[in-house]
Amino acid sequence: MKMEMGERRKERLDRGIKVRTEGIYAISSWEEMNYLLVPRLALILGMFALPLVMPAYWQRVISYVCIYALLTLGFDFLAHFVGLVSLGGALFVGVGGYLAAILNTSFGLPVVLTIPIATIAGAIICTLLLLPALRLRGVYFAIVTLMYPLVLLRIIEALNILGGTEGILGVASFPNKWVEQYLIIGIVIFSLFGLRRLVNQDIGLVFRGVKDNDQAVRASGLSITIYKSIAVFIASGLGCLGGAYLAHVYMWAGISQFALDFSILPIAATVIGGGGTLVGPVLGCFMLVPISELLRSVGTLRIAFYAIILTVFIVFRSEGIMVYAQRKYHQFERWVKV
Amino acid sequence: MRSEPILQVKNVRKAFGGVQALVDVSFSVCEGEVFGVIGPNGSGKTTLINCITGFIKMDSGMVLYRGKDVTRKPPHKIANLGITRTFQIMRPYYSLPAYKNLIVPLFSPRARRTGGWRGGGKLGDRDTVGIDILEEIGFERDSFVPYKLASSLPTGYLKRLELARCLALRPEIIICDEVFSGLSMSEIASMVPLIEKLQMEGLTLIMIEHRLRELFRVAQRLMVLNFGEKIAEGVPEEVMEDENVKQAYLGSEKSVEYA
Repeated sequence: MKMEMGERRKERLDRGIKVRTEGIYAISSWEEMNYLLVPRLALILGMFALPLVMPAYWQRVISYVCIYALLTLGFDFLAHFVGLVSLGGALFVGVGGYLAAILNTSFGLPVVLTIPIATIAGAIICTLLLLPALRLRGVYFAIVTLMYPLVLLRIIEALNILGGTEGILGVASFPNKWVEQYLIIGIVIFSLFGLRRLVNQDIGLVFRGVKDNDQAVRASGLSITIYKSIAVFIASGLGCLGGAYLAHVYMWAGISQFALDFSILPIAATVIGGGGTLVGPVLGCFMLVPISELLRSVGTLRIAFYAIILTVFIVFRSEGIMVYAQRKYHQFERWVKV
Repeated sequence: MRSEPILQVKNVRKAFGGVQALVDVSFSVCEGEVFGVIGPNGSGKTTLINCITGFIKMDSGMVLYRGKDVTRKPPHKIANLGITRTFQIMRPYYSLPAYKNLIVPLFSPRARRTGGWRGGGKLGDRDTVGIDILEEIGFERDSFVPYKLASSLPTGYLKRLELARCLALRPEIIICDEVFSGLSMSEIASMVPLIEKLQMEGLTLIMIEHRLRELFRVAQRLMVLNFGEKIAEGVPEEVMEDENVKQAYLGSEKSVEYA
């Protein structure tokens, strides 16, 4: 805002449809319906079109993006709607991946069974592991969640169990790449819209209450431990689902599934995409994972690039892309005389 | 004249390190009564509430609610039994609209079990019930106020929101931690009838207050704390004539001006 523009300020007005309360829309014309439908349809159709338009090499990346998107959804949900900053992405992926691999190779279960079982059982295991840490808040919870994957990784390495450093080989793959890609795209879209709905349901409001003011939730007669563990169950379920999927995509489960990438990238994607929007972090994954794929040749230097991207975003657009885009979409801006 | 005491507190003791915050505090409150707790700053009033409602663990002592021991229960269990509290420093959910703040208590086992007009159920969804409670507590239904984010509400409304959060649980006892503090005279004037109405509806209230004039209008009995010890208990007029109380409040022999 330059000073010579005189006494003027930017005014923001809600663009909008006639009645807009939380979640209830009164729709009376095609314009209003389009106003709501176009962004959503663009996202859904865009995601479904990806496997058709991507060149051969990038086909495989679609699955990776979607797996990271699931993790990131879980991270954003926990961080912005429950108040738990979790660095446990690697834990969730590792547990889910190993479970799916064991179920497939040792028990001979098919993919249709291993993924759901690994998701549910993995979520239960992760929730139980994190149960003692649920009393902690903020950075303390983050540290504990970061510790688990490191510990499990070293235990597997040192005791040479579960295939040791070799990992578990010979995990079944998907029948073909179309099934592989469309299934996970469907899962991501379902989780995204499901979570968006959940956080505005009554139980979602309880989660947000826990984030805002956990003492008031206790005074309201609700046990915060129970609601936090439900939330961790949901988020770790998403992560384990991603891990199980990854094991079947790689046809292998190994200690690299406890790698810190799975904990760090969701944070970067959430910052870039706009925390608290749920859709933003998914879009953040669509930007970061391909970049990280392009930088595969430079090895661990990738972390440096994440760091630079993160810094740039935090300094110049800390709200994230999606928050910015939503504001531009929902509001007029104009200059008015003061 | 009154029947059984609804809440009995026996010999509550709490120390924070070397500081004795509460020393053998005992009192009992009868059903339907408004019981005041006063005392200088740092005399242990809020600690007493925290002990009763389970937010901190007392070192020794006992709390009986309708003859049942509730001493070592966690806060949410105590709230579900019907003993609710407000916070001195208001604790709304700032990112939610005022009426959505009430969804959380309405989601509690107690509110869901008791049902009725306050607990949801037949009377529509929790949003409707929440707005009904807010209207009862002084949010005009047809104004924008109940729909505003709690972060944009002034102190007066936030204090009411605290009370509304308690009411949503259909409590039997409400423990109010300084509901009058930080309010303007006109806000207090509109708050007093509210408290009287709650008593008429049969609720038992324990009120911690610094605003003695208003407290004396509503309270039947009073307890005075000083340095964690109970120094007096009785009807307001008698308590304020007590030498110890004068000493604690004014540090002199002069009579206390109240009312």
